[in-house]
Amino acid sequence: MLDVFGRRDYAIISELIEPGTRVLDLGCGEGELLAWLRDNKNVDGRGVELTGAKVQKAIARGVSVYQGDLESGLEDYPDRAFDYVILSQTLQETRDPLRVLKGMLRIGRRGIVAFPNFAHWRVRMAHLVTGRAPQTKLFPYDWYNSPNIHFLTVLDFEALLEKQNWRVERRIFLAGNREVTTLPNLMSEVAVFLFSGG
Amino acid sequence: MVTASATSTFERLDLDCGVTLAPVEVAYETYGTLNADKSNAILVLHAFSGDAHAAGEDGWWSKMIGPGLGFDTDRHFVICSNILGGCRGTTGPSSINPETGEPWAMSFPVVTVADMVRLQKMLTDFLGIKKLLAVAGGSMGGMQALEWAVAYPDSVGAALPIATTARHSAQQIAFNEVGRQAIMADPDWNEGNYYGRKPPARGLSVARMVGHITYMSDTSMREKFGRRLRAPDQFEVESYLQYRGSTFVDRFDANSYLYITRAMDSFDLTQRGTLPSLFERVKTRFLVISFTSDWLYPSYQSLEVVSALRSRNCDVAYCNLASDYGHDAFLVEVKEQAEIVRGFLASTHA
Repeated sequence: MLDVFGRRDYAIISELIEPGTRVLDLGCGEGELLAWLRDNKNVDGRGVELTGAKVQKAIARGVSVYQGDLESGLEDYPDRAFDYVILSQTLQETRDPLRVLKGMLRIGRRGIVAFPNFAHWRVRMAHLVTGRAPQTKLFPYDWYNSPNIHFLTVLDFEALLEKQNWRVERRIFLAGNREVTTLPNLMSEVAVFLFSGG
Repeated sequence: MVTASATSTFERLDLDCGVTLAPVEVAYETYGTLNADKSNAILVLHAFSGDAHAAGEDGWWSKMIGPGLGFDTDRHFVICSNILGGCRGTTGPSSINPETGEPWAMSFPVVTVADMVRLQKMLTDFLGIKKLLAVAGGSMGGMQALEWAVAYPDSVGAALPIATTARHSAQQIAFNEVGRQAIMADPDWNEGNYYGRKPPARGLSVARMVGHITYMSDTSMREKFGRRLRAPDQFEVESYLQYRGSTFVDRFDANSYLYITRAMDSFDLTQRGTLPSLFERVKTRFLVISFTSDWLYPSYQSLEVVSALRSRNCDVAYCNLASDYGHDAFLVEVKEQAEIVRGFLASTHA
């Protein structure tokens, strides 16, 4: 398995992307993934990021990033502008996740979404045992300062894909650095889905 | 840094207004060395009151252009020319009309931003440069960068329009009009015929004072001047503006002020089609920069350009840099600007 900045979700996303394609990374941070894809997979990448300091670092890295809100930022792009639209660890922070997912599939042929699984056993235990909003390595925040405004599980996301008639092309589940093959809704910390429109 | 300064004369320049200027002179400076395949040239475009002296001592963008700086003269060949209609070596209203032997004054033909860019294209053709690695400028320099990308999409690898707009707003036109009226209300202006006599120093000075207010921000003025006094009956800010106004008179021609502000006000890319339609064939990469405290060229104007570029899936990076310096930020807030310009250019290939 590739190592991309020690980020297992990056490594998996990198493996899902065909060389020489056009990629949009929503919430791209400092553009590390896009720079890596450019240098190693000849990818023509763009990014959207809200935080100015991160945008500056990304542009200084030679990655074309637009400073703006990703939810409204999706609107300007034409249909099918990209082969892949990536949303890594951000879906749970968006105000209108379904609108974002629909937008991703409008401007891209495929979507790649990675999100923390709220049904991981440690989260379930923390909630059950403490009786408080669960705090774990994966969800380290207090309820009042968390950027997460939606809590979804592997089963939730699969149910949505099915309801929308979207096709899952790959699904990869992670716990730490291991890939999870059994009981993903219970065992995986992070889920990565590659999906396309109906 | 290898530096050169020259003036080139061209036989004729056909203007948008239908008049032909013949001949036309253009003053320019270059920094760094043009490589063998002439693929490392960057044209830097000055703002309203700038000139060809962009880099080196007292250069208007000396903190951006030089060895190891944003526009790295160890790698790039940087060109900057004085604009058409200017008064710093390029043909303008203070030049001699060859037909009369007198200065053109107000008989100088109306010029546009597109005319300025056409003359710059003649210069880069003359220098043997088929394709510029980049064009870059702030304020009116940014308008020229946009004009370059639209008029000569195959000749520009990357465009860096900074703190600029595709068209002046009513507010921008309004401030320019106050400046023009101040000049024309000065009796020494004399319908533009003041060459060899007393120039309209008071009018030009007031025009410049207004300009300087629009280049700053409330925050930067509070920090720089506050309510401090220079003399018992004079605020620091008054003294500063008067000083800036009076020194401007020594280096700038009042008629150029009228012609160039007119060119800025009339600039409107959307007169040629919607912005997305203008960017249809554009292969140029873009780095668009605005500044948070710039109320003269607010970020919504940059975003209008960026949105059009994104709608055509053009390669565009956009950043709204945090600064308290107002419109002046593109000249003084250079650290972060230099960093992103440098990285952007390093990933741009002609």
